[in-house]
Amino acid sequence: MQLAEVTGTLVATVKYEGLEGVRFLIVQPLDRDRNPQGRQVVVADAVSMAGPGELVYIVGSREAALAMPEPFVPVDHAIVGIVDQVERSS
Amino acid sequence: MKMGRVAGTVVSTINHPIYDGRRLLMCDLLDAEGEDTGGYLICVDTVGAGAGETVLIIDEGNSARQIVGDITAPIRAVIVGIVDELQVDGVSHKFG
Repeated sequence: MQLAEVTGTLVATVKYEGLEGVRFLIVQPLDRDRNPQGRQVVVADAVSMAGPGELVYIVGSREAALAMPEPFVPVDHAIVGIVDQVERSS
Repeated sequence: MKMGRVAGTVVSTINHPIYDGRRLLMCDLLDAEGEDTGGYLICVDTVGAGAGETVLIIDEGNSARQIVGDITAPIRAVIVGIVDELQVDGVSHKFG
């Protein structure tokens, strides 16, 4: 699981079956110091409450689809939590 | 499996229900000598690891789901041990 910042939203009217009602967002994965790391990706919002500017944590691959209400869907990244606080001791 | 060092905690109230009541730790990833690689993972803690401890991480979905006992859990990185000592090329590294 990695940290990411929500940078935008994506709207798709025509979607594969099982993806109806699923919110899609654009996120920028972050490194440990919350600097951008790698390219932005489209993610499904499994908590249905994330929005632009928020710090979230994401899962990739098979786990992403499992986070969705219908777990057999073509989703490869998903938001599984909104971060309130990161405490780094070092 | 990977080695990491617990660098902090991640607090989240709005999350997937599988994360309710689970501790999320920010772990810096280490190489075979126990040195920082610059990478990190957010891990579910199952052993009660604390800040600064060197830990053993499984970063694979099926194993993670087996550990949390839910075959539908969207969890991938889990702390499964606390590393006491590492011996590489005859050199011993002690932690803790």
